[in-house]
Amino acid sequence: MGGYYGSKNKTMEQHVLLRDVDVPNIREIDVYLAHDGYAAWRKALTTMKPDDVIAVVKDSGLRGRGGAGFPTGVKWGFIPKDVFPRYVVVNGDESEAGTFKDHQIIDGNPHQLIEGILLTCYAVQANVAYVYLRGEFYEPAKTLQRAIDEAYARGFVGKNVLGSGFDVDIHIHLGAGAYICGEETALLSSLEGQLGQPRLRPPFPAVQGLYAKPTVINNVETLANVPPIVLHGAQWYRQFGTEKSPGTKIFCVSGRVKRPGNYELPLGKYTIRELIEMAGGTIDNRPVKGVLPAGSSAPILPASALDTKLDYESLQAAGSILGSASFVILDDTVNIVWAARKMVRFFKHESCGKCTPCREGTYWGLRLYDKILSGHGTREDIDMIAEVASQMSGKCFCLLGEFATSPMLSTIKHFREEYEAFIAAHQGGRRNGYDDELIREGVIDEAGNLIVGHVGQKTAHHL
Amino acid sequence: MAELVNLTIDGISVRVPKGTLVVDAAKSVGIDIPVFCYHPKLKPVGMCRMCLVDIGTPKIDPATRQVVRDEKGQPVIVFGPKLTTACTTPVSEGMVVRTATEQVRAAREDVLEFLLASHPLDCPICDKGGECPLQNLTMAHGPTVSRFDYDLKFHNDKHVPLGDLIFLDRERCIQCGRCVRFQSEIADDPVLQFHDRGRGMEIVTFSDPPFDSYFGGNTTDICPVGALTTADFRFKARPWELKTTPSLCTHCAVGCNLALNTRLETKTGGYEIKRVMPRQNEQVNEIWICDKGRYVHHFTRAEDRLHYPLIRQDGKLVETTWEQALRIAADRLERPSAILVGDRIANEDAFLIAQFAKAIGAALEQRPALPAHYADVARAVGIGSDADFKQLGAGDVILVVNGDVEEEAPVWFLRLRQAVVDRGAKLIVAHHRSTKMHRYAAAIHRYEVGQAAKWAASQRADWLQGARNVLIVFGDEHLDGSSARALAQTLANWLILGGFAGKPNSGLLPLYPHANTQGVFDMLEHATRPANETTDTLWLVGVGADEPAPRANFIIVQDILLTERAKRADLVLPALSFAEREGTFTSGDRRVQRFYRALPPLGEAKPDWWIVQEIARRFELPWRYEAPAQIFAAIAQQVPRYAELSYERISRVEPQWPPMGREDLYYGGTVYDNTGGLGARYAADAERSALSPYDVHVPEPTLAGLERTPRLLYRDGELIRRSAVLRAHIVAEPLTA
Repeated sequence: MGGYYGSKNKTMEQHVLLRDVDVPNIREIDVYLAHDGYAAWRKALTTMKPDDVIAVVKDSGLRGRGGAGFPTGVKWGFIPKDVFPRYVVVNGDESEAGTFKDHQIIDGNPHQLIEGILLTCYAVQANVAYVYLRGEFYEPAKTLQRAIDEAYARGFVGKNVLGSGFDVDIHIHLGAGAYICGEETALLSSLEGQLGQPRLRPPFPAVQGLYAKPTVINNVETLANVPPIVLHGAQWYRQFGTEKSPGTKIFCVSGRVKRPGNYELPLGKYTIRELIEMAGGTIDNRPVKGVLPAGSSAPILPASALDTKLDYESLQAAGSILGSASFVILDDTVNIVWAARKMVRFFKHESCGKCTPCREGTYWGLRLYDKILSGHGTREDIDMIAEVASQMSGKCFCLLGEFATSPMLSTIKHFREEYEAFIAAHQGGRRNGYDDELIREGVIDEAGNLIVGHVGQKTAHHL
Repeated sequence: MAELVNLTIDGISVRVPKGTLVVDAAKSVGIDIPVFCYHPKLKPVGMCRMCLVDIGTPKIDPATRQVVRDEKGQPVIVFGPKLTTACTTPVSEGMVVRTATEQVRAAREDVLEFLLASHPLDCPICDKGGECPLQNLTMAHGPTVSRFDYDLKFHNDKHVPLGDLIFLDRERCIQCGRCVRFQSEIADDPVLQFHDRGRGMEIVTFSDPPFDSYFGGNTTDICPVGALTTADFRFKARPWELKTTPSLCTHCAVGCNLALNTRLETKTGGYEIKRVMPRQNEQVNEIWICDKGRYVHHFTRAEDRLHYPLIRQDGKLVETTWEQALRIAADRLERPSAILVGDRIANEDAFLIAQFAKAIGAALEQRPALPAHYADVARAVGIGSDADFKQLGAGDVILVVNGDVEEEAPVWFLRLRQAVVDRGAKLIVAHHRSTKMHRYAAAIHRYEVGQAAKWAASQRADWLQGARNVLIVFGDEHLDGSSARALAQTLANWLILGGFAGKPNSGLLPLYPHANTQGVFDMLEHATRPANETTDTLWLVGVGADEPAPRANFIIVQDILLTERAKRADLVLPALSFAEREGTFTSGDRRVQRFYRALPPLGEAKPDWWIVQEIARRFELPWRYEAPAQIFAAIAQQVPRYAELSYERISRVEPQWPPMGREDLYYGGTVYDNTGGLGARYAADAERSALSPYDVHVPEPTLAGLERTPRLLYRDGELIRRSAVLRAHIVAEPLTA
C-alpha cells in the first residue's frame, strides 16, 4: 500500500475534496466514517428518491471537473427513461500533462470517491460502476480496491445496500497507457476491449454508451463533489465559487515553481498570480514567461494574463480554458520553442490515428519543430507550423486534434519573436543545447543532420 | 414505405427516406461528395474527414417549437460553426447542405494535402494507378503542390504479405479502415485490425493462417488507394490496358456477375485474363465475389488446354482434324450410346444435347447425378421470381438444412448473414456438424450423419407457422438421391402446407454444385434416360474426373482441358471455356443470366453447342444455329418455363443503388458497373398454380449417400489445380463424417 507521495497544501479551513489534508488517515474507512463518511449515502437511500439526488446536484451547479465543465446534473438527466441496464463509468484516466488531482483523491480520500460513485449509481439507477484508471495508477488502484473491499464489507456496496433493496457493484479497470482514453467515448471502447479510439456522436454515451447502454461518465473529482453536496445541500455548496462556477476546484500546479502540488480553492476567488504565490513563487523568483492553465491542451497565456481569476469564464475570456486546471508555470529560463515542440511531440505520440488531420497534422507539425530545434529551420517554417495547425483546426474527429493545435498556435501568437530569434541564432544546423535530446529521440544523427524516415523500419520517431 | 425527408443540397431539392446519410442523399441527385473511409455497403465511421460539408438546419423557436421564418416567410437556417462529415450525418427535414462553398473547397484541399503528406506518390509503379480514388480525388479537389518537405516524409514497409493472396503497402495506406470493416461487418472474418496508433497506425492481420477468409479479395476492390493488391494481379497490368467483358462465375450456384479484365500479351501473342472482378448486380452478388471466383481463372490459359481434336492411335492420343473427329464421333454414336453431361456447360449446349439424345435414342444423364433427384422440387417451390435478398429481415425465418452455405455458395452466405445479423431475420440451422452459419442461429438442430431427411420428416409440418416469409436453404451432404429427394420434398411440404409456397421471398434455395446445375436439369429433363452399366459408346461432355460413368467400348471426352479423364479417352473433342464464348447459365435461384466472349478462341477448340450441332448434322438433324442467341430463342419456344425469357430481356440493365462502377470509383471501389444484363428469374411452379404436398417416402441412409462428402470451396478439382495462387489452399482430404 504505497502512501500518497504528494503535497498536503492547506489552502482552506476545511477542504471539500482534499480532506486528507485536514484529517489524517481518512483513507481508512473507520476514520472516514467518523467524519461524516457515508452519511450522504445513508441520507440518499433513506430519505431521497433518485430524482431528488439529480435535483440537488443540478441545483448545486456542479460542473464536470474533467475539463469540459458541463453541468453534471444536466448530464445525468439525459439518461433515457425505461432503458436498462445502465452504467456509471468513472473517468480516472487523468492523462492530461500536469494533472495529478484525481491521483490524490483516489489515494488520499478514496471513500469519498466511492460514496460519490454510489450516489451517482443511485441517482441514475445503475447497478454497476466501472472505474477506469490509467495504467500507471497501479498503486492508487490497489488503495482504491482496498477501500472498495472495506465498503463491501460494511454493506455500503453490494447487494441490497443498507437494506434498501438497491444493488450496486464497483469494478476497477486499468487502462494501457493512452491519452486518448481519457476522451469519454475512447474510454468506453477501451473498457469494452476495443481499440482506444473515439466513437461517433451521436449516439451520446447517455443514450448508447458502455455496451450500447445508457451510461453516465464522470471524472473522479466531479464525483468526489457529490457526497458533500448531497449531505449539506446545494446552498451550502454554492457558498464556494461564483454564480456560474460554483464549488471548489483542485488546482494542480507544476513547472518552474518552488512548491508544486495540489491546491484546492473556491472557483473565481483567486488569480493565477496568487496561485503561483501559494505554490511558493517561481524558482529563484524569476519572472513568469507563460502559463499553461490546462496542461498541454490549453492555449498558453503570457505573463500579462497573470491577474486572470481562476474560474471557467475568466480563463475563457483571457483566451484559454480552465480545463482540468493543471497549471504549468514557465519562467524566463524556458525556451518556448523547446516547450512547444515537447507538447507537439506529446500529441503526435498520443494521436490515435483515426482521423486524417490529427494523424498527419501532428506528424507534420512535429517534423517542422524538429527542423527548427535542430537548427535547420527557416522563418517560413514558423508560418508553416501555423498553417498546419490552422489546417487541422475544426476538422478533427475529436478534441485531441483540436487541442494539439493549441501549443503551435498559441506559442507562435504570443512568442513569435522568440521563434525568430532561435532560428536566427541556430542557422545552418549549428549545434545547440538540444542535441543530446534530439539524438536520443532519433531526430538527428551524431553529425547534427536530420534523419529522414527509413524504408522498412520504424525510426524512434514513428513509435 | 419509409418516411421521406425533404432537404436542399446545393440548391437542389432532395426527397429521401428518413435515416439516409447526407453523402448518399447527394449521390442520389448526382452530387459527388468525395469520400475515402465511407463506403455505401459499410457502416460510417467519419475517419478520413474528406466529406466535410456545410450543413444547416432550420432554426427552431425554443418556446413554440416552431420553425423560425424570416420576413419573406422562408425558414431561417442555422449553420454550424464547423464543417460536418456528410458520411455520418443523417438527413433531417428542412436541412440545407452546401458542398460548393469556399470553406468546403479549402477543407477538401487541406485533407488531401494531409493525406498526401505521408503518401509515397509512387503512382507510376502502383497497381491502382489509373483507377485510384486518391488519384482521382486529388485531381478533382487536391492542392496542385504539396508544401510538405519531401525529405521529412514517413517511410514504411512495402510488399507486406497479409496472407498469401493479398499484399499490403503500408506507405500507401491512408488508414480508412474499409478493409477492416469489410472483414468484420460483411465477411465476419474479423482477421484485420488497426495496430499501434497515430502516424504509426497500420493494418495487421492476426489470424493463423494470416488473412484467413474466403472474401479477402474484395478488400482490394474497396481499398481507395493501392495499399491492398492481390498476389494474382499485382504488377501484371495497368488498368487502362485492360479490356472488360461481362461474365459469370462458373463455380457455384450463386451466379455471381463478373467482369473479366483481359489484355493482349506480346509474350504469348494472345489475350489473357489478367484479373477477375465483381460486376454489380444487387439482386445476386451486390459487389462481392469470393476468392475462388476471383483467382481460379488460370485454367482458361492452362498449358494443357485442348487446342485440337485428339484421336487414339496405337495407344496414344494424336492430333486430328475436326472433319475426321466429327465423322468418327458420329459413326460411334450410331451404336448404342450414353451421353453424360456436366453442369458447367451453358443452357444452349445442354438444350442441343438433349434434342440430339432424344433424336438418336441415346441414354442421357446429368453429372453430378445427385441434384437431378430434387431439382424439380427446388424449382417448383423455389423463391419467387421477384424475390429480393435485401427484403429478408425481421419477421422472416431462414432455415438452413444439411448445407454449408459459406463453403457451397459463399456469396449467399454474405447475403443471408446480413438478413439475420443486420436486419433481424430468424435463422434456424439443422446440420450434423457445425458450419459458420451456426454463429448466427437462433435455434440449432442436430442429427446423425446422413439422417437429414429423417430429421426433417420428424418435424411437425406446421412448425414454421407464424413467420412472414420462410426461406429454406438446403444441401445434399451425405445423402443419396432418394434421401435428398425425400429431404427436398419434406421441406417443400412445409412451405406448401404453411402457405409460403409462391410468396416472393419464401421458397427453397438449393446448394447446387455448379453454376448451371439448374439450367442443365431444365434442358435435359424430358430427354433424360438412365444409362446402363455398359454401353457401346460413351460421350462425356464436361464431366468431372471422379464422376461415375458406364463402361464403354469407345469413350468420347469433350472438355476444355486434357483432364485425367480425357487422357484415357478414345476421342477428345476440344471445347471453348466460358471465357471464349457466350451463353447463359441458370443460377440456383433460377436467375437466367448471360456471359459474353472475353477471349478469342483457342486453337481450333469450339463451343460445345457447335460440336453437338456438327455431330447432329451428320445425323441429318436440320440445325443451322450460328449463335447461342438463336438457340436460346428455340429454348424459349420449347422449354415452357423459359417462355418469357429472351436474350433481350436478360441483357437489360437499369440503374442500381448504390451507384457503383467506373464513374464512381471513389464511392464504391473498382467493382464494374453492369453493362451485360441483370438477368431474370423464371417463375417457380408455385407462383403459377397452387401445389399439392408431395407424398414423401424417407429411405434408410445408404453407403452411397455417406460417400457424398462435404463440398468445400477449395476442394480438389481439375480447375483449381491450375491456379497457382490457390493451389496451396486446396483441401486434399474431404471432411469425413
